[in-house]
Amino acid sequence: MRLDRLPISVLRTRYVPGGWDLLAFVLVFCLFVYMAQAARGLVGSLAHLEATPISLAPAALVGYAARTALRMLIAMLASLVFTFSYATLAAKSRRAEVILIPLLDFLQSVPILSFSLTILFFLQLTPGRVAGAEMAAIFLIFTSQAWNMAFSFYHSLRSIPDEMVEAARNFQLGPWMRFWRLEVPFGMPALIWNMMMSMSGGWFFVTVSEAISVGNTTVTLPGVGSYIALAIAQKNLAAIGWAIAAMFVVILLFDQLLFRPLTASADWFRLEQEAGQTPSSSWALTMMRRSALLGWVGNAFGAMLRLGVKPRPSDTPLARDESRWRARWIDYAWYGLLLLIGAGALFKTMGFVLREVRPGEIVHVIGLGFITLLRVAILIALASIIWVPIGVWVGLRPRVASIVQPVAQFLAAFPANLLFPIVVSAVVMLKLTPDIWLSPLMILGTQWYILFNVIVGASAIAPELRYAGQNFGVHGWLWWKRLALPAVFPFYVTGAITASGGSWNASIVAEVANWGDQRLVAHGLGAYIAEATEAGDFQRSVLGTIVLSLFVVIINRVFWRPLYARAERKFRIS
Amino acid sequence: MNAVAPALNLAPLLDVQGVCKSFRKPDGDELVVLENVNLTLRPGEIVGLLGRSGSGKSTLLRVIAGLDEPSSGVVNYLGQSVSGPASGIAMVFQSFALFPWLTVLENVQLGLEALGVPEAEMRKRSLQAIDLIGLDGFESAYPRELSGGMRQRVGFARALVVHPNILLMDEPFSALDVLTAETLRTDFLDLWGEGQLPIKSVLLVTHNIEEAVQMCDRMLIFSTHPGRVISEIPVDLPQPRHAHDPRFRALIDRVYVEMTARPRGEPRTGARTERFAGTGIGTQLTHVSSNVLTGLLEAVHEAPYNGRADLPAIAEEQHLEVDDLFPAAEALQMLRFAEVEGGDIRLTEPGQEFARSETDERKRLFARHLITYVPLAAHIRRVLDERASHSAPRSRFIDELEDYMAEDAAEETLRTIISWGRYAECFAYDDNRQAFTLENPA
Repeated sequence: MRLDRLPISVLRTRYVPGGWDLLAFVLVFCLFVYMAQAARGLVGSLAHLEATPISLAPAALVGYAARTALRMLIAMLASLVFTFSYATLAAKSRRAEVILIPLLDFLQSVPILSFSLTILFFLQLTPGRVAGAEMAAIFLIFTSQAWNMAFSFYHSLRSIPDEMVEAARNFQLGPWMRFWRLEVPFGMPALIWNMMMSMSGGWFFVTVSEAISVGNTTVTLPGVGSYIALAIAQKNLAAIGWAIAAMFVVILLFDQLLFRPLTASADWFRLEQEAGQTPSSSWALTMMRRSALLGWVGNAFGAMLRLGVKPRPSDTPLARDESRWRARWIDYAWYGLLLLIGAGALFKTMGFVLREVRPGEIVHVIGLGFITLLRVAILIALASIIWVPIGVWVGLRPRVASIVQPVAQFLAAFPANLLFPIVVSAVVMLKLTPDIWLSPLMILGTQWYILFNVIVGASAIAPELRYAGQNFGVHGWLWWKRLALPAVFPFYVTGAITASGGSWNASIVAEVANWGDQRLVAHGLGAYIAEATEAGDFQRSVLGTIVLSLFVVIINRVFWRPLYARAERKFRIS
Repeated sequence: MNAVAPALNLAPLLDVQGVCKSFRKPDGDELVVLENVNLTLRPGEIVGLLGRSGSGKSTLLRVIAGLDEPSSGVVNYLGQSVSGPASGIAMVFQSFALFPWLTVLENVQLGLEALGVPEAEMRKRSLQAIDLIGLDGFESAYPRELSGGMRQRVGFARALVVHPNILLMDEPFSALDVLTAETLRTDFLDLWGEGQLPIKSVLLVTHNIEEAVQMCDRMLIFSTHPGRVISEIPVDLPQPRHAHDPRFRALIDRVYVEMTARPRGEPRTGARTERFAGTGIGTQLTHVSSNVLTGLLEAVHEAPYNGRADLPAIAEEQHLEVDDLFPAAEALQMLRFAEVEGGDIRLTEPGQEFARSETDERKRLFARHLITYVPLAAHIRRVLDERASHSAPRSRFIDELEDYMAEDAAEETLRTIISWGRYAECFAYDDNRQAFTLENPA
């Protein structure tokens, strides 16, 4: 055995720094400088912030973009920490699971605006300082990112193959090592995809999270979102253009520096290369791999994992634990406790809401919910009619797909507010009814999930299936009916579920549109919540949020879930 | 030939006493998977646990590995009761269970890393194990870059590197093609014979009879439902063993005889014990395609067998594994198309008639036997006939079956009866509506 053979490659990269190392070095340092600068703003005083209004000068956008990007990164980190702890707890503890997962379901349906009620809490944490407001903004971005990530990771944890878990136990990996060696890598591909979706969600609500206005409290944090809000208030079209450009650049940077490397390395976590799929490439990942950086990080990581492991003699069986914890009566006590907490919470909420709101208004709000439901349903149907055929067409042409996908990804992050100038002017000029013509804003960011998924579905159609279709002369409508539509159906359903949930959340920015002093309001639950929050009317805001959550969760349960189950059963060959 | 000759006077490494394993079903009934299993493993021997799927042999392996808890009974390892994974017991998995994000070297290091072995020693031992198992040069490869055989070599290296006393193997070769499996087996036996492996004993779970005879010093034959040891067969042939050796063939024959023997006291009725009184629908069915049934009937009917065949011979000729052959033979026995005994399969009169007939006549015959001898089929048909709508939901029968068996067994039983019912055109099944009907398109 030649022990000296392995380290050769290690030695080479370590002692002969190449161009990749240099580039990596420069980028890392630039990142530090940039973070330090952006973070300096955190400790400033609130009075100072109020004294320096947002500037619409294009040059100011560079700093704003940096601040916004930093907030999103911090929120993303927070979401990851949340994901790793919350999802792990839910997956590991049967008792925690019964409450954590339904809770996640509801949290996911709560629109970001409703969370802005918490701003007062954050402001009083650091009186007179910007840090509290920054925390509030980051928290709001977090609420548009965390839930789907946590759910994805939970789902991954539950689907680790039995034998892998048994191998980890057989080789006596401790919980910490098992988490980093098995569970996190296994959940990574799905998690990365969800992080990308979350980032788009964060951008879509960027104005809501930075220009926070609840009752008498108004905070405008320097950032792209506040810039857009001001540009809209001042009817400055040029500034809107600059904001779009700045967003485009930041999204592109995120894509190239963060998500490309991540998706490219996600392929590395998969056991099998799926047929017909070329591994994604990323220059940033290549850079990291070719420089010594990644190897160094990997070694440090391994050392960190081993840090807590005390050398153990062989031949000692590990004791099995928890048999006493499995007792039935603890289950019952736990469920009883949950029931009590639930009853208490219900009592408290009802008391809080009913102090201000008459029962008749609840009926009215439910009615508003049905109006918004009608909008979502019609829009999803329209988006499906448009995007399913296009998605199939694109999906069957890999070269077109590789162009369309990043474009759609950018469009998914495009905030609805940026279209306010066009929509509001058109509605006012043509004397259209806002109830109909504001609606398309709802689906602006979410329709792309239908397109994404249909493209993926269409590109996954087995070539044999297509050849068989050609061979038997199946074309025209028959081709769509018997081949294309059934093949993409499960993918379409997944996309439509995402789009529907997202549209409900988007209703808070889509049913109320401002352009300068012009304000258009459509009837609907989103407008109700938006106006109540703006007015600082906590009771109505909470009522609206509860009704909206119930709508989303009930529709998921009675409509989407059976459809999804059916699509999975009927259209997948396994 | 072996590193350490099996010596009866040595203290056992492993002592399994009266292990039972049962699962509690939602309705409170117990489902017995393992019944009173005793087993001792001494240094220097390879012991095979041989049985069909569902005989609980893999469950036993997991109990021994400390991954699963016995309902009663004890597992003693070096005189200590096993109550969790022990580092002296390492396992090789059927699906390899490698971590795809780790290189070969990192995968092999895994167990040492968990034990807190210092880095230099960890690397040295891992490279030794990689070398030993013939993976030299693949240290930095990822599992997805390797073929199945190479992947399983990593599985072996990962287990050997911790220098376990006992190596547990859970059907380690069954996911590989025949040629690769053979190479890996002989490589393993060579290393074992030369005393190069840092292990004392091996416990091998398999359903491949030839594999067991080739590798083991002793074989324990498991019955199904519930799993228990029905016999122990010592293998005294010297290594290397050759499949064409008459003594080798004789041993294989003997295993077939043991595996097809009826448990004592069981009447000559269906294939499997009908352990429940009442409607008799509680018989668990294993899914066998009507194609396989037809094929087996034809093969036994034709020359050179002419209605009576030696099971090992027909298994080899038809390329059927035990897990394919036995359920098919049992299904034929249950349908009274064949009799299985003493390692032979013999066609009954209707079985021969079936083999001689054309498709339509075969279906008619199959339908008659299905309704007459499989109570579940008769039950479904009766329910459909009685109902005005001639339709009944799947859930109704699943619920009934789950009174007798575990959930997945009930699923499989129903899947089997749907497939047979469709072939026989006794009833139809609509997957969209999840319902049985009498409406045949015909």
